[in-house]
Amino acid sequence: MDTIIELMETLDWSPLIISLKTGVVATIISFFLGLFAARKVIKLPYQWKAVIDGLLTLPMVLPPTVAGFFLLLIFSRRRPIGIYLNDTFDIQVVQTWLGCILAATVIAFPLMYRNARAAFEQIDANLVYAGRTLGMTDMRIFWRIVVPTAGPGIASGTILTFARAMGEYGATSMVAGNIPGKTGTVSQRIAMVIQDGDYLTAGFWVVVILLISFIVIFLINLLTGRNMKNIRRW
Amino acid sequence: MGIAVDINKRLGDFTLDIRFESEAKRIGILGASGCGKSLTLKCIAGIERPDRGRILLDGKTFFDSEGKVNGKPQKRNVGYMFQNYALFPTMTVEENIAAGLHAPGRRSALRGKGDSAGKTESVKERVREMMERFRLQGLEKHLPGQLSGGQQQRVALARIMAYRPDLIMLDEPFSALDQHLKERLQHEMMEMLEDYRGQVIMVSHSRDEIYRFSEELLIMDDGRVMARGETRRLFDDPGNTAVARVTGCKNITAAKRLDAHTLEIPDWGLRLRLRQEIPGDIDAIGYRAHRFEPVWGEEEENCIPFSVAGVDELPFERRYYLVPAGNEKAERICWFIQDNERQQMDRRPRPDCLRLREEAVMLLRR
Repeated sequence: MDTIIELMETLDWSPLIISLKTGVVATIISFFLGLFAARKVIKLPYQWKAVIDGLLTLPMVLPPTVAGFFLLLIFSRRRPIGIYLNDTFDIQVVQTWLGCILAATVIAFPLMYRNARAAFEQIDANLVYAGRTLGMTDMRIFWRIVVPTAGPGIASGTILTFARAMGEYGATSMVAGNIPGKTGTVSQRIAMVIQDGDYLTAGFWVVVILLISFIVIFLINLLTGRNMKNIRRW
Repeated sequence: MGIAVDINKRLGDFTLDIRFESEAKRIGILGASGCGKSLTLKCIAGIERPDRGRILLDGKTFFDSEGKVNGKPQKRNVGYMFQNYALFPTMTVEENIAAGLHAPGRRSALRGKGDSAGKTESVKERVREMMERFRLQGLEKHLPGQLSGGQQQRVALARIMAYRPDLIMLDEPFSALDQHLKERLQHEMMEMLEDYRGQVIMVSHSRDEIYRFSEELLIMDDGRVMARGETRRLFDDPGNTAVARVTGCKNITAAKRLDAHTLEIPDWGLRLRLRQEIPGDIDAIGYRAHRFEPVWGEEEENCIPFSVAGVDELPFERRYYLVPAGNEKAERICWFIQDNERQQMDRRPRPDCLRLREEAVMLLRR
């Protein structure tokens, strides 16, 4: 018991804050990008669809370290784009919190995109046609009809995206590193303390992650469950 | 004025090639599934784009491939009622009805009826007015999934009528309903459309629906207009065998013109004598299953002796399938009798033959 109290007193909470912030920001970015990409992809002719869909889904299938490799290739401060961003806009990606977000977004985005796409494809085209003959702009049709109707699918995409973004490890450690208080996320902290043999701290963070993940999933399920009431069970 | 359509569209193996003009207030398009009738409506609405041609409504050009005009569906100000009604599932009844009133161009729909100086209605008032008119009060906050089929249909129509479209299109409006609702709602629909002053085009594969709805009828087959005309006339005098079949004629058979007043009907073993003059190109006749007259005793003029091959009993109808005497191989003659006749019939022995009445004979070309 004493050890736990001691642990709590000396604990550095920053990994939790960083992970949560990263998860939220990456989810928001993925949400909009995912919806946008899904909307564009379903309109493509099918050969293009296969190619573009493959590219967008790739980060989900690849080992995160491979994604990390590509991100470093692009954003390293010794590479053209990295140099350009640094010199022109004073933006640094590698070894910064921006790197955390970028890595988490790239890895988690496909979950959002794929779920949104699947949900969009289920939508009765007549709803969109009806919207058009009713004089609604395409923008309004998308936000007022398509997205709400695809609600459950989009919600599950959001849940998965958040969970994945918060737990991202591989690409994050390569791109953002594990700088305590800056880029040190919970998953990186767990790996680090385990290397030191500190199973107590690792266990504590594991429990925190478990709880947060469960609560988030539970909450969103609750929200979508309300909309699901009118959907028949089988 | 009115609607004028002259369009071509290829869709895989299917080719739509349709041309018609009409000023009738109620236009029906009758045809089998897949004949292109819904596609025609979608082209008028701007949901589908024809490959070539022109679509005009009251002089306004919706589409003109030569003039490179292709008005957006949002700008055409037409109402389209989908087969499944396409109500927005996450919006309440109120929101669904208001959906067509938010577009910038639709503000004009909110003017008071008749008087141009009248005050402008708010969206809310207009929605309330529609709720009342379509007997939807109390359902304002319901979602479409909580409504019955008939209520859904009324919401769909209210949503369209709310913005006062220049043309209303009904795509198989009753096919999603239970049989017992259909009859009543068909009548209701006519009532609700009564004070609508624009044109209404209804597409259906049900000739009963079409017959009671439309003043003018278009019969479509495989992407083309097969026949066109005033509905009653087309049913009474279809002109050719294909149209006769679509209008529901059950007995169509080959005929040979012997002279100006006599037709030989080989399949029925009948020499049909008519007072009217028979045009030279007539080579078939049609006869509706309800129009035969039973005859007992001696064979008279224009009578077919028969034997019964089968009988179907329906709740309010009996259907005989008959073999003309001496011609086993001929197609069965359909003879349908209504409930009241059925009772009379049961009190007497089976009739010996069926008489064709001259005014019910349809002279056809193949």
